[in-house]
Amino acid sequence: MSEQVALTGNEVMSQAMRQINPDVVAAYPITPQTAIVQTFSQFVNDGDVDTEFVPTESEHSAMSATVGASASGARAMTATAANGLALMWEVLYIASGTRLPIVMPVVNRALSGPINIHCDHSDAMGARDSGWIQLYAENAQEAYDNAIQAVKISENKDVMLPTMVNMDGFIISHAVENLNLLADEDVQDFVGEYHAENPLLDSENPVTVGPLDLQDFYFEHKMQQAVAAENVKDVVLEVAEEYEELSGREYGLFEEYKLDDAEVAVVALGSTTGTAKTAVDNLRENGVKAGLSKIRLYRPFPAEEIAEALADLEAVAVMDRAETFSTTGGPVFADVRAALYDMGADVEAVNYIYGLGGRDLKVEEIESVYKDLEEIVETNTVEDRVQHLGVRE
Amino acid sequence: MASLTEVRWHGRGGQGGKTASILLGKVAAKSGKNIQAFPEYGPERMGAPVLAYNRISEDEITLHCQVTEPSIVAVLDPTLLDVVDITEGVPADGTIVVNSKEDAKTIKEKLDFEGDVWTVDAYGVAEKEIGRPFPNTPMLGGLMKATGLIEFDKFLAGIETELEKKFAHKPEVIEKNLAAIKRAYQEVAN
Repeated sequence: MSEQVALTGNEVMSQAMRQINPDVVAAYPITPQTAIVQTFSQFVNDGDVDTEFVPTESEHSAMSATVGASASGARAMTATAANGLALMWEVLYIASGTRLPIVMPVVNRALSGPINIHCDHSDAMGARDSGWIQLYAENAQEAYDNAIQAVKISENKDVMLPTMVNMDGFIISHAVENLNLLADEDVQDFVGEYHAENPLLDSENPVTVGPLDLQDFYFEHKMQQAVAAENVKDVVLEVAEEYEELSGREYGLFEEYKLDDAEVAVVALGSTTGTAKTAVDNLRENGVKAGLSKIRLYRPFPAEEIAEALADLEAVAVMDRAETFSTTGGPVFADVRAALYDMGADVEAVNYIYGLGGRDLKVEEIESVYKDLEEIVETNTVEDRVQHLGVRE
Repeated sequence: MASLTEVRWHGRGGQGGKTASILLGKVAAKSGKNIQAFPEYGPERMGAPVLAYNRISEDEITLHCQVTEPSIVAVLDPTLLDVVDITEGVPADGTIVVNSKEDAKTIKEKLDFEGDVWTVDAYGVAEKEIGRPFPNTPMLGGLMKATGLIEFDKFLAGIETELEKKFAHKPEVIEKNLAAIKRAYQEVAN
């Protein structure tokens, strides 16, 4: 049983959290995530969930309390955005390094300064190496589905790593879209009960969490964490299969849109991939063999699978909604290009940084990217490897 | 996406343009259509010109860019005509509905717009039916008449459900808003 609803991304995310019914939520509000925390705290107040809600005085404390709750054996969640995520920084690493399966919606927003509340991925991209799994969504439906699947991915015994469930600020979080919600009991059955392996509060079997770990064992523990990250891809696919049985909606590591016979393609993540689908459709009508690869699992990065999907293209444009100031392109570009290099694929790869601070990206602008790719194929020349799309100069 | 209809709402901060777009979206969704409803978030100041949008389609909507060529425009405050180009991007066969005491012909000339122009005194309707000058729900009624986006009976049933949810703690205003929608539907003219 599922229900058709029309809700904002934030409302949908708070519904997912209500249905997951975590033991503890510790959170601090920040635009554009505020409505998640606000709505969820109403559920707590109305007795719709069994959650212990901890309003904190900062995101550093929110993540710290979530870590404490998770270490104690609770299923714990929080949510944040932008500078809130930045303030969590040191504790993000403690969560992943302590192998705590926390699930956190991140409503992607530009980092200050200059101060800006709108969407880009500079917040989550900055945290891409923090040991958290990162899932990205095209729309509110996917954000909802990712949140529910994330619980099961994170809590898998072969994984035990926290997950950021990313959703584009305002574009998704504040827009009403129609989608399907699962029945409460189906979500409950799907996520099941969480039984921590070594909970801090099990006084019969006392354990120490977070002790000093020096030259003798720190490296081994990091190695275990790296192995867990290696396991993520398989678990994401297993969970997706199980979720498809429940919801009828198909998920993978990434989505291939008209990629099979494509000659030129775009690789992107987040809400822009929806706009890109329209660009692909328009170009296909005009005989251009255009395709799209929409990344869902960005961390850990499914390099081989993505390279394989792109290997037969003639040219590919990677879209980044974050500037690294490395002068060598955005983070997704670096990963995709390295993956293509490792595969020995003969595909020209270029990078477009777009949409910073919420700058709109229109269908025609994405079409222009495909036109650039066609020109690269035709002339066999790349004039600008890294470009900024939709910016005034 | 041949079936895609895009709507732009012009209002002033505090007038309920965002709410109107969300109500329209939710009612259209209930009637089985795919929808989006989203405001443009700039600096939010009471009284400043603001925008909100709808996309309504029989097909799945994947677009996540701004609406730049709406075929339907609703203007919640007549003074906006002097400060905002409300015809921007609107195709020549588009429809514009303006909250104004003036008749449609006068506004059409003022806008220098070829398409379909309708006016309704939404402030007057709201004063009569709700007792306060909220133009957003009357404008929904006017929009239904001018565009036929949703069959009016279905729209009324749908909007009642949404108003019941929205005003669960203020049920006395539900009937008044419904009456305002019906009156605007009757009074709007082109």
